[in-house]
Amino acid sequence: MSTTAVNLPKSGKASFWGSTNGKKVVMAVTGSILFLFVIGHLAGNLQIFEGPAKLNAYGHFLHSIGELLWPVRIVLIISVLLHITATVQLALLKKKARPVRYSRKEAIKSSYASRTMYWSGPIVLAFVIFHLLQFTAGYIHPESQFIEGDVYHNVVAGFSVWWVSVWYIFSICLLGLHLRHGLWSMFQSVGFNHPRHTPILKGAAAIIAVLIVLGYISIPISVLLGIVK
Amino acid sequence: MKLTLKIWRQKGPKDKGQFVDYPVNDVNPEMSMLECLDVLNETLIERGEEPVAFEHDCREGICGSCGFMINGVAHGPMPATTVCQLTMRHFKDGQELVIEPWRASAFPEIKDLIVDRRSFDRIIASGGYVSVSTGNAPDGNTILVGKEIADRAMDAAACIGCGACVAACPNASAALFTGAKIAHLSVLPQGEVERDHRAINMVAQMNTESFGGCTNIGECTGACPKEIPLEVIATMNRDFIRGSWKHRDNEVKTITPMTEWSTGSKLKIDPHATS
Repeated sequence: MSTTAVNLPKSGKASFWGSTNGKKVVMAVTGSILFLFVIGHLAGNLQIFEGPAKLNAYGHFLHSIGELLWPVRIVLIISVLLHITATVQLALLKKKARPVRYSRKEAIKSSYASRTMYWSGPIVLAFVIFHLLQFTAGYIHPESQFIEGDVYHNVVAGFSVWWVSVWYIFSICLLGLHLRHGLWSMFQSVGFNHPRHTPILKGAAAIIAVLIVLGYISIPISVLLGIVK
Repeated sequence: MKLTLKIWRQKGPKDKGQFVDYPVNDVNPEMSMLECLDVLNETLIERGEEPVAFEHDCREGICGSCGFMINGVAHGPMPATTVCQLTMRHFKDGQELVIEPWRASAFPEIKDLIVDRRSFDRIIASGGYVSVSTGNAPDGNTILVGKEIADRAMDAAACIGCGACVAACPNASAALFTGAKIAHLSVLPQGEVERDHRAINMVAQMNTESFGGCTNIGECTGACPKEIPLEVIATMNRDFIRGSWKHRDNEVKTITPMTEWSTGSKLKIDPHATS
C-alpha cells in the first residue's frame, strides 16, 4: 500500500460539518428540536376537542407573545434548513458513492422506515409548506372562507374538504414513519448505543410515533365524522 | 444438483462489464460457494475460456479476502457466513444465482468479482493502531482489563475487513468497518491514550475516501459475517464528537487515496495482465 500522508485543510472533509458524522450530529440535534415542536403543536391542536373558545384563545395567546413567538420560529426555521441541507448533502454523497447499481439488492435487516427517510422527509416538507399556506397564511382555503384569528372555524372548514383531510392523514403517517426511525437514530448519531437500552429506545420510538400519528389524525377524522363541527 | 450462475464478468477496471450465464451441472451440495466457482473455472479453463476471477485465501471465514453479492445479499443468504463457508446445500436445485462484486466508488472494480479495497487499508493506517514503548516486555497483567471490556473489544476486533458492510449499505458507507476498528482499540486502556486523535483521523480518512455517509439503516450488521453490532458506529460517533471538541491542534492527517495500481504499487507486476 503506497500512500502519502497529508494534512487536510480545516475546511475540508476533516472539519466537523464537513464530515458525514458531523452532519448526522447536526441532523440529530435539529431533528430533536423539530420533534419537540411536533409534540408542542399536537398538545395545542388537541385543544380543539375542548371547543372553539379554548382553541381560539390558545391561538390568540400564541400571537400575543410575539417577542417569544419569533425567536421560536427562527430556531425552527434554522433547524429545518440545517436538517435539509445535511440531508441533501448526504443524499448527493450516496448517489456518488455507488455509481454502478446492483442488478439485484435485497434488504435483510433494516426497517422500512429507515430506508424511506429520503422519501418521507421531502413529502412531509411539502405537506408543512401546504399546511402553513392553509392554516397560518390563509392563502389556500378550498371551498371555505379563511377567517384570521378564528382558528376553530378554519380547521373545521379546512378538514371538511375530503382531499385536504386525506393529504393530511397521509402526510402525518409519513411523519410517523420518519419519527419511527429518527427518534432512536438521533441517539446513535450522537454516540449513544447500548445493548440493553437501545432496544427499549427503538420500542419507545415506535410507540411515540404511533401515538403522535393517532393524536394528529384524530382531528381530521373527527371533523369528517362530524364529531367536531 | 444443477445451478445457473449469472456472474458479472469484467476484464479490467476500465472495461465494460456484463452478466454471463453459466450452467453448472455437477454441483455437490457439500461444496462451498468458492469450490463451486473452482469447479466452474476448471470447465472454463478446459474450454479455453477465461476463468472467473475472485479473491480468496484462508477459506475458513477468518481472512476477509472473499466476498461478493449472491442474489442481492452480501456473502449470500446465510447469516454470519462468508462465501467460502457458504455451502451449496442452502440453495435449491435448479436455482439461478446472481453473482456480482461489491459495488462502491471506494471499491473500484479490478476484475470480475475482485474489487480494490485499499481504502480500508488507508482508514486503518490513519489511526488503527496503538503506540507502545520499546524496551523490555511489560509484566503480564500490569494493565488490568475487565472481562466485559475485553469482550466488547473482541466483538469489534472480530471484523475481518471483507467489505460486506459497505456492499450492503444503501449509502455505501464504511461506518461499520471504521467503527469496529475504532471501537476495538478505544474501549481498551491501551487504546484510550490516543482515543481522540484516532477517531478524528480515521473518520477524516473515511470521509476522504468516496464512501457515503451512515444514516443508521442497519443493513451492514445484517450482512456482516462477524455480526459486528451497530454499537461500534455509536462508539465511533462518540469518540469523533469528543475528539472534535477536545483536540487542540488543527492537524488532521489523512492519506491521499490512490486508486491506480501503476502509481500505487511498488511491485513490478501488472495485476491486469491476462495470460
